[in-house]
Amino acid sequence: MADAAADRTPAPRADACVVGAGPAGAIVAARLAEAGHDVVVLDAGPRFDLADREEQLDAHLRPGVEGLWGMGGERDAYATEGPRDYPLNAARVKGVGGSTLHWQGMVMRLHERDFAMRSRHGVGADWPLDYADLRPHYAEAERELGVAGADDNPFAPPREEPFPLPAFPPSHSDAIFAEACESLGLPTHSVPNARNSEPYDGASACVGYGTCKPVCPSGAKYTAERHVARAEAAGARVIDRAPVQRLVHDDAGERVEAAVYATPDGTEHRQDARAVVLACGGVENVRLLLLSASESYPDGLANSSGLVGRYFMDHCFAGAGGRIDRETRQNHVGFNTTECHALYDGTDPLPGVKLEFLNYAGPSPVTQALDADDWGDALLESLRESYGTHLAVGGLVEQFPDAENRITLDRSTTDDHGNPVPEVRWSIGQRTRAAIERANEVQVAILEELDAEIDWVVGPDATGPAFHHMGTTRMGTDPAESVVAPDCRTHDLDNLWIAGSSVFPTGGAMNPTLTIAALSCRLADRLDGWL
Amino acid sequence: MDLTRRDAVAALAATGGAVAVGRTLLDDDQSADATAADADVPEDALATLVAVAEVVYPDAATGVDDFVETYVSGRVADDDERRAGVVDAAAELDATARDWFDTPLTELDPGTLDGMLRDLRVDASDPDPNGGIPGRVRFYVVNELLYAFYASPTGGRLVGIENPIGHPGGTESYRRAGMEDHG
Ligand SMILES: Cc1cc2nc3c(=O)[nH]c(=O)nc-3n(C[C@H](O)[C@H](O)[C@H](O)COP(=O)(O)OP(=O)(O)OC[C@H]3O[C@@H](n4cnc5c(N)ncnc54)[C@H](O)[C@@H]3O)c2cc1C
Ligand code: SF4
Repeated sequence: MADAAADRTPAPRADACVVGAGPAGAIVAARLAEAGHDVVVLDAGPRFDLADREEQLDAHLRPGVEGLWGMGGERDAYATEGPRDYPLNAARVKGVGGSTLHWQGMVMRLHERDFAMRSRHGVGADWPLDYADLRPHYAEAERELGVAGADDNPFAPPREEPFPLPAFPPSHSDAIFAEACESLGLPTHSVPNARNSEPYDGASACVGYGTCKPVCPSGAKYTAERHVARAEAAGARVIDRAPVQRLVHDDAGERVEAAVYATPDGTEHRQDARAVVLACGGVENVRLLLLSASESYPDGLANSSGLVGRYFMDHCFAGAGGRIDRETRQNHVGFNTTECHALYDGTDPLPGVKLEFLNYAGPSPVTQALDADDWGDALLESLRESYGTHLAVGGLVEQFPDAENRITLDRSTTDDHGNPVPEVRWSIGQRTRAAIERANEVQVAILEELDAEIDWVVGPDATGPAFHHMGTTRMGTDPAESVVAPDCRTHDLDNLWIAGSSVFPTGGAMNPTLTIAALSCRLADRLDGWL
Repeated sequence: MDLTRRDAVAALAATGGAVAVGRTLLDDDQSADATAADADVPEDALATLVAVAEVVYPDAATGVDDFVETYVSGRVADDDERRAGVVDAAAELDATARDWFDTPLTELDPGTLDGMLRDLRVDASDPDPNGGIPGRVRFYVVNELLYAFYASPTGGRLVGIENPIGHPGGTESYRRAGMEDHG
């Protein structure tokens, strides 16, 4: 970890202060700095040294070593309320690079229907943009993240540009699934991955460590540290361990003047800036706005609509797995190479469903050996028995926006700086439950087609979140119905911009980060013009 | 199945420990003899680890002593804390053997050593670098040895996977329909 004694004093007034160094903030920072602006980035967490990644891999594989990215503890305290617990500290990383330090790295474009669910189907919300508006930015985002992909998905929205890197060839078990899916009329195709299939952007090609989530020692998996490095190379200042406590606005309540942040020695500093970009992820964006309540904004900053924190969405996991009478060759790599969007755009079910064919089903001999309560020949025999024939098909299911699912402050609990912690209220509606059941039916049918002995099914009662925090500062044209305008600037404050999936009005069932990156490219263009 | 120093280096590659040791070995197998000497792990600790490895590795494994010595040496080079953990845990095990059987651990027959480890509850304990003797032995001795074995292609092959997780074995193997022959 980087030097605790680094200089964390504020810069003189900056053009832009970016709060949060995950992909949303780091892309904006890199692009603005490269356009010649003075940029300061503040992140709540530490920098992690690239040289420690192999140690971290070891720590991950070997039971008895504490978490890799310092998730949890008083700094990250939170509360959950409502029908389902939400495991927030498994779902985000505070550190330079943000949650991409830990993420899986699957990156797809949203489909055209995702932008128009209300007008097409009378549910959810429309985006104030459509796919065509975002399409050039998607292409930029794919270059920014170094996406390996192929134009072989018959369901994907139209694209003109090739992917920057060739797709990873399908795994052996993908071929087993492809056969079964074909007989069920479900075409399979490649997965776009933010992971180098060839050396790219100064980073190595994937070498198959198989531990992508939570750590890639080779640097082949994209993390936002790449954009942080680019921002710094272009002159941006990046201050780690600098959690922003609140934003301060001018007397007129029209502009944010500064971000007040704390440093490890307990001092508070004030970073003045002409523009502030909030990029703390879907939960902390809300908390910071609520913590910045003032006389002019008693309900929190940028919250004259009363919607800050509402419409919290995630993607729900559905899956099934078992064993077949063939070698499946799982657990060589830690990422997927094939998926299926055939259920995505129809009306049965209406919530989007994306199927994923997992390359890491069943136990890995390494971790199983370390957890076993036997050794010698008996251990070898049990490893042989467990390894080799597992298969699983997972999937993400869309959740429509619901105003009652929301992030608020729990004033009875405070973090290490004495600030109220976020409280997550999350529930799963009827339509999502039904769509999870539908996904399960298809998953089970695929496994049955392979004569699998099915060991597990994760359905609506056992489902959990995919850790995609969306919807809490939604985008729209009407200030009464949304928090930010289509350019990602808040309706209430002239110079406050929000980056990340908190601005998504609906979330589809595609992993969100490519769309986050596309919106960040777009935001940076607009802000560059504005500055 | 014969374990080699090269296997130990492959396992080390997964841990990031002693990259320098590994590189020398890969460049030139002849220089392998240099490793144990460089490693700064007392001979008696290494001997204890080898004896435990004979118990926790499957019977089919041969060449255990070179493998363990190379792996452990590489593993603790540049990591004083780990070295201390490994050496202390080995010393405690040896002291237990002397206590219980009036014999150095390395002179116990494998069956007795196996029984001693189980009586200490090392098999059922959670690995814990800061815990009591069973937790630390599990962490610094047994799991270290099992990790070396099963994260290496040779140990993996015995189970049926030539590129176990933690091993940077290239991105070809996941596409193959069967295990590649030894290469
Ligand atoms: C296990 C896991 C797997 C995932 N897999 C995928 C996947 O395959 N595909 C995909 O598209 N997405 C995936 N995601 C989601 C993806 O990681 C997020 O969508 C993405 O990182 C969000 O980017 P962000 O920049 O908006 O927020 P984050 O990445 O969360 O970054 C926010 C940053 O803000 C900082 N911050 C927070 N509060 C403050 C404050 N008060 N002051 C200063 N800084 C602050 C944090 O320290 C953090 O660095 C996964 C997530 C997880 C956890
Ligand atoms: S398999 Fe995952 S962890 Fe391994 S090199 Fe590739 S991206 Fe990194």
